Amino acid sequence: MPVTIDIRDSLFNPDDIKEVFSYLCYIDDTFSTYKKDSEISKVNQGLINIKDCGEDMKKILMLCEKTKLDTNGYFDIRGNGKLDPSGLVKGFAIRQAAKILKRKGYSNFYLDIGSDIQLCGRKEKGTKWRVGIKNPFSQTEIVKVLELEDMGIATSGTYIRGSHIYNPLTGRKANEIASITVIARDVYDADRFATAAFAMGRDGINFLEDRRNLEAYMIVDGRQAFSTSGFKKYILQT
Amino acid sequence: MKQYLRITAVLLVFGLLILLRNLADNSGNKHRIINQSKASFPSGNNTSSSNNTITAPTAPQTNQAYKDGTYTGSVEDAYYGSVQVQAVIAGGKIKTVSFLQYPNDNGTSRYISSQVMPILVSEALKSQSAQVDIVTGASQTSAAFQRSLQEALKNAS
Repeated sequence: MPVTIDIRDSLFNPDDIKEVFSYLCYIDDTFSTYKKDSEISKVNQGLINIKDCGEDMKKILMLCEKTKLDTNGYFDIRGNGKLDPSGLVKGFAIRQAAKILKRKGYSNFYLDIGSDIQLCGRKEKGTKWRVGIKNPFSQTEIVKVLELEDMGIATSGTYIRGSHIYNPLTGRKANEIASITVIARDVYDADRFATAAFAMGRDGINFLEDRRNLEAYMIVDGRQAFSTSGFKKYILQT
Repeated sequence: MKQYLRITAVLLVFGLLILLRNLADNSGNKHRIINQSKASFPSGNNTSSSNNTITAPTAPQTNQAYKDGTYTGSVEDAYYGSVQVQAVIAGGKIKTVSFLQYPNDNGTSRYISSQVMPILVSEALKSQSAQVDIVTGASQTSAAFQRSLQEALKNAS
């Protein structure tokens, strides 16, 4: 997964970046469900008990439970009897990595991991960061340009669509959303709420509208998009 | 969900009533297309007095067909903000009713409007071109999907 760290402060020490990367590697080694010997994989294989796990695992699982409550059960890490906290770990890790950089004295930077982003400060004096939202149907096209500072942004989505599967409860297409982008005070909130809202389908945008400090942009199909009422203040006026 | 739909339905009817009252008020030339959407109105900031209660209009005659066109209702002050609706008449019948204005200023009205509006801000998806520093999107999944598809097609050929 591509990781980009862009620091605009005048002073810069490469060792600080090394520390951030080693933290991210530790997170990946602990929580990656793709690594057979990660702590989460060992839990899922029944090799270790949750109560014998490290503090970070306990914390992440606790945050997953909290998020499940925050999202009316839509954020659920239990599937096929296995735990998969990846819908929250990435945002958590980016936020922690940003905290490391802040502790080192940096104040104007962004951290981008797989297009979930924590923005801190500004690009230059008086210039906010410009973040583009990609069109999920056209890899090279940007559908919205946002101006942000000191915020987190994350997108949840899929390209695999077009099947005529309907949700029997709602009567709507089960796979009705192409992507949903969430802006929050930090990337941890942006990531977990984007994950949950995506699972809600079209109702996700209404759920986010009701939450304070969250704004969102939802792309339904190749023609239509919806946004929360406070979203437009972040759009670059061109 | 049912309750949500009911609230939406009630508010749609509410909006329609406002519109129909407007049409009825202009009965002298009721087929005139009313366009007030550009006019400026106080926003949903409700520190000003908002004693206006919206009364239901007298029921319009149901056997009367409307003239085709797009009709914009006046801005009405619901107690939590302004509401304005637009109706499109086609074939003498109301085809669609949409909200041009709805309250979205403060926390309370924002909460209410989210219940009122099944669709918050809807727009046609189009590109915006400007220099950006970073992009966000469902890139990982879609890139992986495209790669996978490419491989599949390669195998299929």
